Amino acid sequence: VRTVPTVINEIQETTMVMMTTRFFPTCAALLMVVLMMWMQPAHAATLRVLACEPEWGALVQELGGNLVEVSVATTALQDPHQIQAKPSLIARARNADLVVCTGAELEAGWLPVLLQQSGNAKVQAGQLGYFAAADVVRMLDVPKQLDRMQGDVHAVGNPHIQTDPRNIALVATALGIRLQQVDPSHAANYAQYQADFSRRWQQAMARWATQIAPLKGLTVASQHKAFVYLYDWLGLKEVAVLEPKPGVQPTVSHLQTVLATLKATPARMVIYPAYQDARSSDWLSKNANLPAVKIAFTVGGTDGAKDLFGLFDDTVARLLVAANTHNVQP
Amino acid sequence: MRKFLQMGVALALLAPFSTLADTTTDIDALRQEIKSMRAAQTAQTATTPNSTAAPPSAASRSPSTFNPAISLVLSGLYTNTAQDPASYVISGFQLPANAEIGPGTRGLSLAESELSLVANIDPSLRGAIHLALHPDDTVAVEEATIQTTSLGHGLSLKAGRFFSGIGYLNPKHAHTWDFVDNPLAYQAMLGTQYGDDGVQLSWLAPTDQYLEIGAELGRGRSFPGGNNSRNGAGMSALTAHTGGDIGNNHNWRAGLSVLNTKAHALELDGLDALGDAVTNAFSGRTRTWVADAVWKWAPNGNATRTSLTLQGEYVHSTQRGELTYDVSNTARASAYRAVLSGWYLQGVYKFLPSWRLGLRTERLNAGTPDYGSNAGLLAVNLHRPSKITLMLDFNPSEFSRVRLQLAQDRARQGMRDNQLFVQYQMSLGAHGAHSY
Repeated sequence: VRTVPTVINEIQETTMVMMTTRFFPTCAALLMVVLMMWMQPAHAATLRVLACEPEWGALVQELGGNLVEVSVATTALQDPHQIQAKPSLIARARNADLVVCTGAELEAGWLPVLLQQSGNAKVQAGQLGYFAAADVVRMLDVPKQLDRMQGDVHAVGNPHIQTDPRNIALVATALGIRLQQVDPSHAANYAQYQADFSRRWQQAMARWATQIAPLKGLTVASQHKAFVYLYDWLGLKEVAVLEPKPGVQPTVSHLQTVLATLKATPARMVIYPAYQDARSSDWLSKNANLPAVKIAFTVGGTDGAKDLFGLFDDTVARLLVAANTHNVQP
Repeated sequence: MRKFLQMGVALALLAPFSTLADTTTDIDALRQEIKSMRAAQTAQTATTPNSTAAPPSAASRSPSTFNPAISLVLSGLYTNTAQDPASYVISGFQLPANAEIGPGTRGLSLAESELSLVANIDPSLRGAIHLALHPDDTVAVEEATIQTTSLGHGLSLKAGRFFSGIGYLNPKHAHTWDFVDNPLAYQAMLGTQYGDDGVQLSWLAPTDQYLEIGAELGRGRSFPGGNNSRNGAGMSALTAHTGGDIGNNHNWRAGLSVLNTKAHALELDGLDALGDAVTNAFSGRTRTWVADAVWKWAPNGNATRTSLTLQGEYVHSTQRGELTYDVSNTARASAYRAVLSGWYLQGVYKFLPSWRLGLRTERLNAGTPDYGSNAGLLAVNLHRPSKITLMLDFNPSEFSRVRLQLAQDRARQGMRDNQLFVQYQMSLGAHGAHSY
């Protein structure tokens, strides 16, 4: 007569054996079946695009219209350096046909992990499904020396390229062509979207060109070295940076030094990106008596920056207001 | 043989046609590439003032040439404990003599330095090695893996030595831990961190919801396995993890894993009925279940200034087989079955951009092992080990960290050990990865 404990033992032994003998083959077979089902692209209707930052999400939407399904990895209120390869992003990278990012090491902390864990061969760096915007623009702030003494520097140059509308135009041209390559069956549609966007963008650039004339040559202080392309476009002169080194939080003593610098070379305003904490800019604004300007930095950063056109309309408007404000105050 | 020859000839004849097809598509691709470059060039000349600078090619900007990405983690410790670390045991848990448990060396000491080299091998494979340089002048290969990069369909195959994908903390390298040490449950049931030589296949489901399933086969080279000299596998594991976002502020991951290991005459330190140290040997199987969950919060998902991470794991281990009591003297073998379990729960709060505060609480239960006919010879343990840990760390930059940790450790029966650690951890070289 078998006792209850021996029966339990037997069951456990059997499961143990199953675990190593039948369990894995069964699992593998199941996996294969599921795989077969997904081999066929069931959702070939739209091109799935994962954009690392909102500006590229907005651009893909402009250039792909209803042919693309865009999801954006970060919001305008997140620091694109500081993202983690979280589960939802891994799932989205796995299912993407095209990944559109800034590149230039902006996403160095998380994008390589994301692509590695995605198991998606299409979107690996160097493949057609991976597009890095920084590859098609002229980089500024390329460090002469690579040393972490200088903080979290980017070897290939300042990655915040989206603050110059001329860069957006360059990226749009290259990205439009990439969309045609990734989804050749709709090449004509993408070409049409691109021509349309390009026309509207040139018109907007002409409008901004007249609006920004009064800003040329103004001196400014920035919280993070994030606006080099914006300043290049507007002709603004950066006389001070609040962060002692890129990515290093400003201390009060460092802010005092900045304040002293500004006594010698005064700035007309202090500029900070929407995703950063305004405290150090506010401190400087109060102590140096100059306006602090929040810049949307990307689509969604401020209420006005609803799309790429709104982003620059809003940025220009805020800078003009600050430039005028200062003229009123002594 | 003839058939093969014929096939070979046929293939050889067909080959040029397939290359021809390739060439046409290649030419098309090139044509498009040139077109795009031309368009980009004209756009640039039209709009950029300083267009004299030629647009640099992507390749020339790549920071990594053919050298692998190298990174080094340097770490040092000051340890102050009320009890002598040499007497450290986790009551009720029989572990191998070389188990890495407890607070380690008292006073000032160099902690493990970690050297990593990572690079792509070819378009379809990637290689990585992580070496642990121990302060006693020994080097351990923590991980040395090759991994596929182009299988597609969410599949990835890894081979070599690696930390098993079970649980949440197990695959994480020491420098990414939120505390100086791993939880007691890991120390008592997973040999601090379970690593093995073998293969791992992982598959990511093609769904919007993150779902990753992994299967591993290995040699079973370390505790809870060990001494496996067999042609088959001494370890098998299955892992399943899912997770996602809840709005912009929250994200989470949870999983369930099972690890099966075999051990043969694995020597374990135990206590006899009189409370004296005795070396026993275990032969049999161990099945370890790990349930893990982590939840992270940050306002607007921006963890730069403020964030909160809550995480917990439950480990349940069943050892079944034969235990030989006092191998060097009596050497009496008998059937053996033990059910061990433990959990930890921790929270880490970032309250300023560079400062984090953490609290961890944990508990173990060694149960009542069934020693069979050896029952009277081995100690009966009624102690439930527990520990509470408080941590404060300061991160002046993304690459440096100084940590203060206070702990009250009740792993030893009837002994309370107050521990204090001051630790630095610095990383240099290639930019570290922000894994979840």
